Amino acid sequence: MHAGVVVFPGSNCDRDLTVAFERAGVQVSMVWHKESELPQGLDIIGIPGGFSFGDYLRCGAIAAQSPICRAVVDHANRGGFVIGVCNGFQILCETGLLPGILMRNAGLKFVCKTVELTVASANCVFTSGYRKGQIVRYPVAHHDGNYTADANLISRLNGEDRVAFRYGDNPNGSSDDIAGVLSQNRRVLGVMPHPERAVDLAHGGDNGSSLFKSLASVLENA
Amino acid sequence: MKARVHVMLKDGVLDPQGEAVRHALGTLGFAGVDCVRQGKVIELDLAEADAAKAAALVKDMCERLLANTVIESYQIEIV
Repeated sequence: MHAGVVVFPGSNCDRDLTVAFERAGVQVSMVWHKESELPQGLDIIGIPGGFSFGDYLRCGAIAAQSPICRAVVDHANRGGFVIGVCNGFQILCETGLLPGILMRNAGLKFVCKTVELTVASANCVFTSGYRKGQIVRYPVAHHDGNYTADANLISRLNGEDRVAFRYGDNPNGSSDDIAGVLSQNRRVLGVMPHPERAVDLAHGGDNGSSLFKSLASVLENA
Repeated sequence: MKARVHVMLKDGVLDPQGEAVRHALGTLGFAGVDCVRQGKVIELDLAEADAAKAAALVKDMCERLLANTVIESYQIEIV
């Protein structure tokens, strides 16, 4: 299995995401944002956290227009798998691959701590290593993680079982406590907390490992 | 030709920054501020000399980059 991790100016979780994939036995190619084509034969693309382009204009807005993102959108539209974490989630919303948007935290403060999440859906390659309803602990570190969607979208996401993770104690004001969202074909995941920062006990917990392991085993056999 | 774009959060979208500004104004003693909404102004210098064409161009820019129309509305001023 082969993953691509996209690197933007200002990405700061690209190496963490790479290490998390590699620990699950996945070969990783890092891809610079100015590339207009992805390496051949990628099974999944990771869009890492950070502050791409300094969060100018809106978080993720500039990155979403970069040459590589056009290739990422094409990959997703062909049915390819994509995971976006934190700033990566913001970028995926700005490309339109995921609905809704991440706004400034309701409390206006940068939130940096480990939070409890409920696995709201185990019906996708990302969360199939968990049980629905299972509590997992991932770190959050964001200023703009307030997932905002109107009532129609929320009811559609719930009706289609597209909420992957929910916060236990909502740290940022997200609509319906949503921490992670799936695309309609369930192959694109955006998640605000960082599974890649919870893959080693030295991180303070390794609850994120299951995400990468299940991803690796499902895609390996696909 | 110059264009000015005003980007604002749509009505009904909670604006936590505007709310914080409103609160701070109250702390400074400015009473009676019922609501504050914070937006952005973006100024563009364009090579296009025709106002109608410039407006159409900037509208396309707004739809594709300058505003996120999920939560933001925009107004274009050709100056």
